[in-house]
Amino acid sequence: MTILRSATSATSAPRSVTGLRSAQSKRAIITVLGWSVALVIFFPIFWMILTGFKTETAAIADPTLIFSPTLESYQDVQARSGYIRFALNSVAVAFGSTFFALLLAIPSAYAMAFLPTKRTKGTLLWMLSTKMLPSVGVLVPIYLIFRDVGLLDTRTGLIIIYTLMNLPIVVWMLYTFFKDMPKDILEAGRMDGASTFQEVFFLLLPLTLPGIASTGLLSIILSWNEAFWSLNLTSSKAAPLTAYIASFSSPEGLFWAKLSAASTMAIAPILILGWMTQKQMVRGLTFGAVK
Amino acid sequence: MRLARHLPVTTLAVAIAMSGHAQAQSEITVATVNNNDMVIMQSLSDVFEEAHPDITLDWVVLEENVLRQRMTTDIATNGGQFDVMTIGTYEVPIWAERGWLSPLDNLPDDYNEDDLLTSVRDGLSHNDTLHALPFYAESSMMYYRKDLFEKAGIEMTDQPTWEEVREWAGELHGMEDDLAGICLRGKPGWGENMAFVSTLVNTFGGRWFDEDWNPELNSEEWTNAVQFYVDLLNDYGPPGASSNGFNENLALFSRGNCGMWVDATSAAGKLYDSDESDVADSLGFAPAPVAETPKGSHWLWSWALAIPASSENQDAAREFITWATSQEYIELVGETEGWTNVPPGTRESTYANEQYTEAAPFADFVLKAIQDADPTDSTLKPNPYVGVQFVGIPEFQSIGTQVGQTIAAALTGDSTVEQALNSAQRATERTMQRAGYLD
Amino acid sequence: MTKTRASGRTVGGLRTLSLQAPAVTLLLLWMIVPLGMTLWFSFQYYNLLMPGMTGFAGLENYEYLLTDPALWAAMGNTLMLVGWVLTITVVGGTLLAVLFQQEFAGRGIARVLAISPFFVMPTVSALVWKNMMMHPSNGVLAWLAESFGLPAVDWFSSLPLTSIVIIVAWQWLPFALLILLTAMQSLDEDQVEAARMDGAGPVAIFFFITLPHLKRAISVVIMIEMIFLLTIFAEIFVTTSGGPGLATTNLAYLIYIRALLDFDVGTASAGGVIAIILANIVAIFLVRMVAKNLED
Repeated sequence: MTILRSATSATSAPRSVTGLRSAQSKRAIITVLGWSVALVIFFPIFWMILTGFKTETAAIADPTLIFSPTLESYQDVQARSGYIRFALNSVAVAFGSTFFALLLAIPSAYAMAFLPTKRTKGTLLWMLSTKMLPSVGVLVPIYLIFRDVGLLDTRTGLIIIYTLMNLPIVVWMLYTFFKDMPKDILEAGRMDGASTFQEVFFLLLPLTLPGIASTGLLSIILSWNEAFWSLNLTSSKAAPLTAYIASFSSPEGLFWAKLSAASTMAIAPILILGWMTQKQMVRGLTFGAVK
Repeated sequence: MRLARHLPVTTLAVAIAMSGHAQAQSEITVATVNNNDMVIMQSLSDVFEEAHPDITLDWVVLEENVLRQRMTTDIATNGGQFDVMTIGTYEVPIWAERGWLSPLDNLPDDYNEDDLLTSVRDGLSHNDTLHALPFYAESSMMYYRKDLFEKAGIEMTDQPTWEEVREWAGELHGMEDDLAGICLRGKPGWGENMAFVSTLVNTFGGRWFDEDWNPELNSEEWTNAVQFYVDLLNDYGPPGASSNGFNENLALFSRGNCGMWVDATSAAGKLYDSDESDVADSLGFAPAPVAETPKGSHWLWSWALAIPASSENQDAAREFITWATSQEYIELVGETEGWTNVPPGTRESTYANEQYTEAAPFADFVLKAIQDADPTDSTLKPNPYVGVQFVGIPEFQSIGTQVGQTIAAALTGDSTVEQALNSAQRATERTMQRAGYLD
Repeated sequence: MTKTRASGRTVGGLRTLSLQAPAVTLLLLWMIVPLGMTLWFSFQYYNLLMPGMTGFAGLENYEYLLTDPALWAAMGNTLMLVGWVLTITVVGGTLLAVLFQQEFAGRGIARVLAISPFFVMPTVSALVWKNMMMHPSNGVLAWLAESFGLPAVDWFSSLPLTSIVIIVAWQWLPFALLILLTAMQSLDEDQVEAARMDGAGPVAIFFFITLPHLKRAISVVIMIEMIFLLTIFAEIFVTTSGGPGLATTNLAYLIYIRALLDFDVGTASAGGVIAIILANIVAIFLVRMVAKNLED
C-alpha cells in the first residue's frame, strides 16, 4: 500500500493502530531488503577493498574476515608510481570532457525535446549509431592524426576524444529527462517573456537538475574508466588512472593485493563524488510538487 | 659500501664522458612490463640518473598485453613516443627485419658482450647483430613438493619422463585436502597454454609446421601429446584448470595446492621467497620432463631492451640499456635487493658468482635449461621456423590463441581431442593461406 | 508566443538547427573522418607488421571474416550475452529502482553502495570476480557452497558464458538503477495518490503508473547498454580468453583474435564495418520499439 509513497506525500497518515503497525513492519522489511540488496551488490567491492589490506599470500588464501591488516600493498603501490599525478590527469580529463559534452549537449537536447522537427528522431538515432563504431577499428587513423597534430600524450587530446565519445549518450539522456518535464512550465515562462537563454538557465536546468546530475555523473564515470584510448594515446605525461591500474594488473607473480589497493585508490574519488551527486540526483524535487 | 657499489657505474660514465660526447640534457621515455624485475629496475633508476646527470628517465609501466599493443602501434606508425622499449624474443627478429630497431653493434668493451649466454644472444640477433639487449631470460622446468614426494616414497630422477610424472601425479593427487597431483597451464593464449603445449608436443616428436609451412596439428604426435595433456589434467589437475594461466598456477602452487608444476624458471625466485610462498621450505626442482625426444622439451624466452629507430635520443637510450643489462647492474640488484632477485639467465658471470649460486639453489637448473634450449632446432623433424614455444612469424599470435581455445575446449570436454585438433588444423590452414604461406 | 505558434515550423526549425549545430557538426566530423578511414582501410591490404604489403584488397578482408567458421558461434554468443544482460539489468534495475525509491534508514548510503560496481574498471572487476569470487577453490562462492555442504561450482569451465553474463550484469545493473531511479523522481505523486484513493494496490500502481512512466528511461537504458554490450571485451579477455573452445568468443573477441593480434588493420577495419552493420540491424528492432516511446 505504501510502496510508492515518498516523503512529500505523508499527508494521508494511516488511520488505525493496526494500520500503523503494519506500516511500521513494512518499513522494517523495506529497510532490511534495501540494505541486503545493497550489501550483496557491493560485496565484491568490499572484498576488493579488504584485499588491499592483506599481504599477497593472504590475498589468495581461503576467504576469511579475520586477518592482520597491513598497509604493505599501499606502500608498495605508492613507492612505485605517484598516485597524484595519475589522479590529477583523470580528474582533468573526466571533468573537462564532461563539461564540454554538457555544454554541447544541453542546447541540442533542448531543441530536440521542445522544438522537434521531422528529422529529430533520425538525428537522435544517428547520433547514437556513431557510438557503434568500434574503437579498435579506428585506432591507427586516430593515432596518425594525433601524431601529426602533436596531441599524443596530452590531456587535450583525451578530452577531445572523450567529449565526442560521450556526446551521443549525454544528448540522449538529457533529451529523455527534458521530455519528462511538463511542457506547461516552459510555456508559462515563455508567456512571461523569457528568452531561450533565460528559459534554459532559469527554468529548465534547475528543474531537471537530478537528470543533469546523473548524466554528468555517468559521463564522468565513463571517461574515468575508459581504458582503450587512455592507454593507447598517452605514455607518461597525460596518463590517467587507467594506466596506473594497468601497471599493477597481471604481472608475473602475485598481484591481487597490490591491484586491489591500487583499484581502491582509483575508485575512491569517484565513489565520494557519487555519494555527493546522489543527494543532488534524488533530492526529491519532482515536477508534480512544482505544479 | 655505498661508494664501492657506485664505483663501476661512475667509471663507466667517466669513460663515456671522455670519449668526447658532449651531450645536452635529454629525457628518455622507457616503456616496460610490470613484472617484478622491471619494477626493481625502475626503483634503481636513481642510481643511473645520479651517474648521468644529463639524462632523465620517464617511465611507462604497463601490463604485458597492453604494452605490446601500445608499442606496436607506436613503432609501426613511427610515432616516436618511446626511446627504450621492452620486448621479447618473439618480437625482436620480426621488428628488426622491418628496420624498426636500431642495431646494437659496437657495444663498449666493458659491456662484455661475450659474457651473454649464446642461446639468448642468438634469439635477440638479426643478421648476426644484436637488436636488443637481454634484461632477463627464462626457460621452463618442473617444480615439486619434496615433503609430499618423501611421504609418498617417490624418488625424483635426474631427468623425469612424462610417463613417470603421470604416475607420480596419480599418487600425489588428493593426498591432502585440495591437493592436485599436477598443475599446468590451461588458459587459452599463445603465451599461456600454447607455450606449455608446444613444448609438450615438441618432446612428443611433433612440430607446428613442416618445411613447406603446412600445419601438422592433426598429426599423430599432436594427438598423442594433447590427449596426454587432457587426460593428465582431467585426472590429476586442479579444478578449473582451463582458466589457469601462469599467475593462477603460481598462486595455487605457492598455497600448497599442487604436487608438481611445470612452468617458467622465473617462478623459482618467487616460490623460494617465504614472504610470497607457503612452500618455500619444501620446494624441489627438476628439469622439464621429456617423452620421445629431449628436443624442445623446455622453452626459451627473454625480455630485452631495444631502441626504436624512431627515437630521437639514440645515444642516451643506448647509455641506459647498456647500464640496465650490464654486469654492474646485476651486482647492484644483488647487493640492494638480495641475490634471489637478480635478473636471471642473461650472463655467464651471474652463474659464476658464488653469492648468487648460494642464494639461488635453482641456478644450475636454470642455466642448463637456458643453454640447452635451441630455438633454431627445437623439434625432432626439421621445421622452417625459429622458436621453441612459439613460431617466429607475425601470424602466430592469432594462430596460437585460436589453437589454444580449441585445446581448452578439449580440456573441459566440450569436444574430443580429435575434433579439437582437426578444427585447429583447419583454422591454421586458413590463416596461413590468407597470409600467403600456402596456396 | 502566438508569433512562434503562427510561423510554427520554420522558426522552430531554424532554432532547432542553430541549437543543434555544434553537437551535430562535431559528431558528423567524428563519424565521417574515422568511419571514412575505416571503410577505406577495410578494402586495403594494411598490416602494421607487414609494411611492404599494401594495395587494394577488394572484398578479401570481408571474405576472410565472413567465411570464418567461428563467425556464427560468435554472433550467437554476442546475442546471448547482450540478451541476457539486458534482461537481467532492466528487470532487476526496475525492481531495484522501486525499492530504493522507498524511504528507509540510510537510504542514501545504500543507493551509493548499489550503484558503485559501475565505478570499477572492467578489467579490475573481472579480475576480482575471477580470482576472489568465482575461483573454484579459494573463491567466496566456493566457500559459501562448501559451508552449505554443496560441491563448489567450477564457474569458468562448466558455465563459461553464464559466468561472463553474471560479471557483466553486475557491472551494468547499477547503470540501469541509476537511470531509472533518476527517472522516478519525475513521477507524478498526485497521480499515484489519486490511484491509491481509487483503491489501486501497489502491484497495480507499479504496472499502470510506474512502468509506463519509466518506459522512455527503459528505452534509453536498453539502447545505451546495447552499444556497450555488443563490444564487451575486457571481461572475456581477462577471464576465459574466449574459451573453452568458442564458448565465450563474441564478435569483438573474434575480431581481436583474427585481426588485432596480428595488427592486420585491413581485416580489423572490415570487422569494424561488419560490427557496425550488425549493430544497426539489431538496433532497427529496438529502434522500432524505442521510436514509439519517443513519439508522444
